[in-house]
Amino acid sequence: MSLDLTINGDTASVDATPDTPLLWALRDHLGLTGTKYGCGIGQCGACAVLIDGVLAYACVTPIDTLGGASVETIDDLSGPAAEAVKAAWIAHDFAQCGYCQPGQVVAATALLSETPAPTDADIDAAMSGQLCRCATYQRVRAAIHTAAADLEGGE
Amino acid sequence: MTGPLDLSRRAVLGAGTAFVLSVALPLPRRAAAQRAEADATFDAFVSIDADGIITIQSKHLEMGQGVMTGLAAMVAEELDADWSQMRAVHSPADDEVYANLAYGSVQATGSSTSISNAYEQMRRAGATARAMLVAAAAEDWGVSEDEIAVRRGTLSHPSGRETEFGALAAAASRTAPQDVSLKDPSDFTLIGTHLPRLDAEAKTTGAPIFAMDETPPSALVMTIVHPPKFGSMVASVDDVEALAIKDVERVAFYDAGVAIFARDTHAALQGRAAVRVGWNHIDAETRSSADLYAEWSGAASTPGVIVENRGDVDARLADAAESVEAEYRFPFLAHMPIEPIDGVIRWDETGGVVWLATQMPALDRDVIAGELGLDPATVTMNTMYVGGAFGRRSQPGQNIARELGRIAKAGGPGTYKIMWTREDETKGGFYRPLTVHNIKAGLDVDGAIVAWDNTIANQSFFTGTMFEGWSIQDGIDKTAIEGADNLPYVWPDHRVSWQRMYSGVPTLWWRAVGHTHAGYVTETFLEELLHRTGRDPVQGRLDLLAPDRTRDRAVLEKVAAMAEDAGAVPEGRTRGVALHKSYGTYMAIIAEVSDDDGMPRCHRAWAAVDCGIVLTPDNVASQIEGGVGFGLSSLLAEEIVLGDGGEVEQSSYVDYPILTIDRMPHVEVATIPSAAPPTGVGELGVAPIRPAVANAWFHLTGEMVRTLPFSSRDRA
Repeated sequence: MSLDLTINGDTASVDATPDTPLLWALRDHLGLTGTKYGCGIGQCGACAVLIDGVLAYACVTPIDTLGGASVETIDDLSGPAAEAVKAAWIAHDFAQCGYCQPGQVVAATALLSETPAPTDADIDAAMSGQLCRCATYQRVRAAIHTAAADLEGGE
Repeated sequence: MTGPLDLSRRAVLGAGTAFVLSVALPLPRRAAAQRAEADATFDAFVSIDADGIITIQSKHLEMGQGVMTGLAAMVAEELDADWSQMRAVHSPADDEVYANLAYGSVQATGSSTSISNAYEQMRRAGATARAMLVAAAAEDWGVSEDEIAVRRGTLSHPSGRETEFGALAAAASRTAPQDVSLKDPSDFTLIGTHLPRLDAEAKTTGAPIFAMDETPPSALVMTIVHPPKFGSMVASVDDVEALAIKDVERVAFYDAGVAIFARDTHAALQGRAAVRVGWNHIDAETRSSADLYAEWSGAASTPGVIVENRGDVDARLADAAESVEAEYRFPFLAHMPIEPIDGVIRWDETGGVVWLATQMPALDRDVIAGELGLDPATVTMNTMYVGGAFGRRSQPGQNIARELGRIAKAGGPGTYKIMWTREDETKGGFYRPLTVHNIKAGLDVDGAIVAWDNTIANQSFFTGTMFEGWSIQDGIDKTAIEGADNLPYVWPDHRVSWQRMYSGVPTLWWRAVGHTHAGYVTETFLEELLHRTGRDPVQGRLDLLAPDRTRDRAVLEKVAAMAEDAGAVPEGRTRGVALHKSYGTYMAIIAEVSDDDGMPRCHRAWAAVDCGIVLTPDNVASQIEGGVGFGLSSLLAEEIVLGDGGEVEQSSYVDYPILTIDRMPHVEVATIPSAAPPTGVGELGVAPIRPAVANAWFHLTGEMVRTLPFSSRDRA
């Protein structure tokens, strides 16, 4: 059967069973591979997406629960917070293996959308669901502070 | 994708390539075959296109350690290129042209050898390309070569003539000079400066650089049901329910697993859950971790094969004023990269194409070809980026490739993507070996160390692989004991020995390998011995250093100064130090720790590193920070436990917790200025942080933890 999803501002028709996790709808059916698989149980954060602007894990979100919700993925993440985060990530130049970084960028975007000037404690609380096996965490914190400063400066 | 990263090798080396260099390399049989089959550039390291884009072939796997950027830096330095011109791709698979020169004739990435083995080779490639460009310019301009200057991708002559690399690339395509001179390190202009990673943008934006992101048309997704115990064999398969699931196409089994083929991943995962498999455990490893610890402990209580022996340790221990003995236990550890094992393959009777992240691409290609009954020359290996490896993608037995080939063979000609789940990854073996150390020291009446006797019991992960003869020499697998030998300290009598153990649990390199346990034992046991007589941890170590270990001394003195400069230790915290050399690189670290409800919490760490010439300072710091996080993670709560009957108890990040951002200390890294050839840093931070934190904890609480991880104290 076919379901209509709103992905990155466009309507996409997905021919998949209703219980298919959004992660596999994105990757297998829509060719949007920026959202990564890491655990399948919402424990690693590699599949972070925004659903109506709120951080969610695509691996535990069946597509039939989405209704008309708007899904944003790393593949086309936009807006002031997203742009600031991506620029800070590249400026700080710290991705190692890089596999978790799309999820980190999405989660950082969600954080800055709600908390424009986060403290280290805010960052630790908001980002502790985003595992990075390379442990780039020190620079994740620094990049988020940079992005926050850029956002404030741009206002 | 707009970044510097281009994963389509054909695109990079295709029409736009004007000149390619083969730096005095023989053209081996296999590369010749690939030349004929594809394009004429396969055995080169450097190419320059008409737009001046310089692409280097990375013979090493980019696992996050920044090797592509490091190799490109060596080329760019000698070529006098502008950094913005540089690109890197994974080279084709070839054990001769792209051999790791530290290993001989095998293309392999590991043991932090990438930078050191390629240092001269890649610089020479850059210098040769530069000489060819200069020769072309001299001929074009009718001037002498030695009047031509090269700077940031531009050739110039005092007459005012000037041209970019790209314009001369075609003309430069002629015989390479036999001998070129390399720069003196003091003349470096790029090496040692901040060079942005070549893969930063792709990795920030989710570009399709991993095997899992390859989505060839009509590929079937394969999931696997693996044995519940190591060595169990498939006895029966009931696939009725699995095949009833929409989009599950077929189920196939082989000796050690059952494969589900489906049209998408969701169906393949559902099929995996629905298939019923009966197992024959007759050849399975059924001992638990507790059983193995008991056996390893018994073995470690007497010396094994001698690794180092000075003086008469037994006599000295018997005569010592005091002797101290301790046993240390280290669990199996899983790599747990966020990207699980995956790969894509397309094949028919005429050949195949593989997309795989592997630390040994040519051997893996050969094994896959063998499984498919194909000539390796007809199989193309596309080495992909990897979402974390830490040793996992370096398989002496080629197990990942073998499984991919075997299951693709079962599926028949076609296109397949294999995907392990997190549970597969956690339970799938290839762990850092479970290890027991038994260590004894003799002290004289003043508390000075007069004897040191360390026996290590663990298994060799080379057992039964093609590398066994190469890696186990004089009865010793160096990876099993590395870091327990070649200590910087001297005392009168000294013995290190190895008890080789055997189990059916597959084990493997795990970032920093033997140093993970050996460094911990050496540095924590020494800490206790110094503490018994009130010796200062830093001064006590300095006093024990061999006179020729000046680089160890320098990093230890440096780190002490860094911590001193940071000011007083805050209330409720204490600091611990450790010194450890691994992979040719020297490192000392001081960790600042508090008691967080019975567990150590590391707030800050200072690291001093001597890795010779620092190629890319920011990447060195990044790798040390990451290594510290990785090592700390394993110290705190990582362990794979085999329960009764030999089944792995853990299944995911829930019960195998890795470090999260809120437990990451702030790490400050300093490097020692050096003109020595560069040595590896990818694994460096892992070993020293563990004893540094344990030593801090010891001073904070009086408890020296000798069974890891710290979280397992709850169980004991």
